[in-house]
Amino acid sequence: MTDPVLWHRLQFAFTITYHYLFPQLTMGLALLIMYFKWKALRSDEPSWDAAARFWVRIFGINFAVGVVTGIPMEFQFGTNWSRFSEYAGGVVGTTLALEGVFAFFLESTFLGVLLYGQSRVSRWTHFGSAVALFVGSWLSGYFITATNAFMQHPVGYAVGAGGRLELADFRAFVLNPWALWEYSHVMSAAVVTGSFAVAGVSAFWLLLGRHRDVAAHCLRTGVVAAAVATILQIFPTGDRNGKLVADHQPAALAAMEGLFNSGPYAKLAIIGQPDMVHRRLENPIEVPGMLSFLAYGSFGSTVVGLNDIADDNWPDNVPLVYYSYHVMVGLGTAFIALALFSLLQMWRGALLRSRWLLWSWMLAAPFPYIATTAGWTTAEMGRQPWIVHGLMRTSQGTSPQVGAGDTLFTLIGFCGLYLMVGILFLFMVGREVANGPPSFEGRVVPGRP
Amino acid sequence: MEAIWYGLISLMLSLYVALDGYDLGAGALHLFVARDDGERRQVLGAIGPFWDGNEVWLVAAGGALVLAFPVAYAVGFSGFYLPLILVLWLMLLRGLSIEFRNHVDNPLWRSFWDVVFALGSSLLAVVLGAALGNVIRGVPIDATRTFSLPLFASALPGPGSGVLDAYTVLVGAFALVSLAAHGGSFLAWRAEGGPVRERSLRSARLLYLVEAALFPLVTWATLKVQPRLVEAALGRPLVWLTAAIAAGATALLVRAVVRAQAVVAFASSTALLLALLGSAAAASWPFLLRSTLNPRFDVTAHSAAAQGYALRVGLVWISIGLPLACAYLVHVARTFRAPPPHGPASET
Repeated sequence: MTDPVLWHRLQFAFTITYHYLFPQLTMGLALLIMYFKWKALRSDEPSWDAAARFWVRIFGINFAVGVVTGIPMEFQFGTNWSRFSEYAGGVVGTTLALEGVFAFFLESTFLGVLLYGQSRVSRWTHFGSAVALFVGSWLSGYFITATNAFMQHPVGYAVGAGGRLELADFRAFVLNPWALWEYSHVMSAAVVTGSFAVAGVSAFWLLLGRHRDVAAHCLRTGVVAAAVATILQIFPTGDRNGKLVADHQPAALAAMEGLFNSGPYAKLAIIGQPDMVHRRLENPIEVPGMLSFLAYGSFGSTVVGLNDIADDNWPDNVPLVYYSYHVMVGLGTAFIALALFSLLQMWRGALLRSRWLLWSWMLAAPFPYIATTAGWTTAEMGRQPWIVHGLMRTSQGTSPQVGAGDTLFTLIGFCGLYLMVGILFLFMVGREVANGPPSFEGRVVPGRP
Repeated sequence: MEAIWYGLISLMLSLYVALDGYDLGAGALHLFVARDDGERRQVLGAIGPFWDGNEVWLVAAGGALVLAFPVAYAVGFSGFYLPLILVLWLMLLRGLSIEFRNHVDNPLWRSFWDVVFALGSSLLAVVLGAALGNVIRGVPIDATRTFSLPLFASALPGPGSGVLDAYTVLVGAFALVSLAAHGGSFLAWRAEGGPVRERSLRSARLLYLVEAALFPLVTWATLKVQPRLVEAALGRPLVWLTAAIAAGATALLVRAVVRAQAVVAFASSTALLLALLGSAAAASWPFLLRSTLNPRFDVTAHSAAAQGYALRVGLVWISIGLPLACAYLVHVARTFRAPPPHGPASET
């Protein structure tokens, strides 16, 4: 407990997990807001405009919290992980700098126009701001995912004088195959979060019999987006990410599956609890050969188990990797079932009448946050014990002069501050949802300057 | 190549101070120049569309620092661990105060965020100045190429002093006064008509006077604390140029403040801040962080830089990105050209 590495890791894990609750919604919502604003422009129904206005307000609150909790992330590379920054900054600095210059300026500028400019700009310009905001937030996602992808699977670098990493091939670094598939997976997950939030709030209104026009539009949009995004989540993005892990991080794959013994026809564990003492899964329900097939495309392929990997290269918390992976996949599967069934009911015209389906959507809204958090936990805990996979160990990356006492103090501070922010955030979003979309009775086409 | 990046990052940081400076300054004056809810909405409406974009200059400069001088980023950020985390908490509270205040229509809620906004803005201005003071004074970097500083140790600046000593607090106070005056002239320009404009103009006048009184003191203290800096500065044409611009801007500023021309005052105030920071940067080259223990441990643009390829690639992309960023800035400034109305300003 006096080991500073533990506190550095906890602080980063806590602040990044908390931070990412907000961008995953804003990135997903940016897409849907763009659609609402497009429909508001193209159709005469004022309810589309009301939907856009309501979700822009929710977006604004989330974006504000995302920004203020995001700045600490960029600082912490230096404050808490100075040896990592010194070692890898010559490479990952590129994407961090480009994110600031290309994405953050775009986002912050056009958010201002979107939030404050409704009465000052034309409807088309206002729609354009929504598009710019979407582009900015999705670009930002790419740059930071590429940075993470380098830590997962370093490419495009050389080891320079003094042992520090240097950028050798910018294209290879930015177009890291790991980055492309990780980004696709992360962004479709953001759309899952966004569409579930939109559908969940609409279901809440419909169950109470409020705002029927707006809620019906939002629910249908949410269900269609959720159906597409949840499927993309498993195939191809999840599948391809799994294959990359199998190829480049065998220890992470073995931990995700709780696989101790190597061999062909490796079983896929549906449930079970890893027993780290006896090195086996307890109470397993398994599908024979499926893991070999999913990882390498044939049932006879050999999958390496943890027993054949040196202990000091294991992820340092195998059960956590195992459980977070299984939570992610389990929830992802449930999301697909809900979304596809709702799509079927929608096609039959029964979606809005089915109260139990509306209940399901309302209650499902928080679960994408859990799935996303579990997914990131799998990726980041699976990467351990490396901070840059195969090159630098996490324990080597901290700031040497920042002790456990300092870090514990700041961690407690972050916890207190973020708890307060979380309570206020829920209070404000709760009020917005209770108040509902702006009323459009008697208004024709609003928003003209 | 290192010199280009040094210049670029100095420029981005100076732009950050000039731009975020006016909304920090407006925050510092918030409780004094705006007394009722309508007036306070006017202040927040004036900076609302801009403050986030202004703050991005700091984040972008931080990113550029990692790219170009990873060693300086690592040594500096880990050395200033506690003060930087405190800055983060202040920025967090202040940012939320701007965005959250008008979401709930309740006088207690609004008063709470008004005070958070004013206190956070004032403290951030002081901290920014103190940070600059620390960079000028130097920090105890040792043979391990790290340093760690207590928040406060001895009052006199030297190898034994902490983040806050007489010198850095003085620079912090100077920064608060300068940015508050800057924010005052911004509000005098943007808050058209009404009492906010009058009070802002009056505050700006007073604060510019205090700034003028403090300036010789700060210059003298800098001479005492970091004689190497001033020696180097005298021989550099660029320093003379920026100093001349600063002098010209001051003359314009005095005229504009006397004649109550708010736009001119704000523009010359911006030029003055940029010129002052520019001359500090030009005089400091090539030092990023000076060691108070031994000049051998100084972190310079040469010793801290990433290798040439990364600097070249980064430069190409940044020279595409920064003009774009400036274009957005112009766009949003044009969109919000008309000042926010008195009373309910925010639509959110």
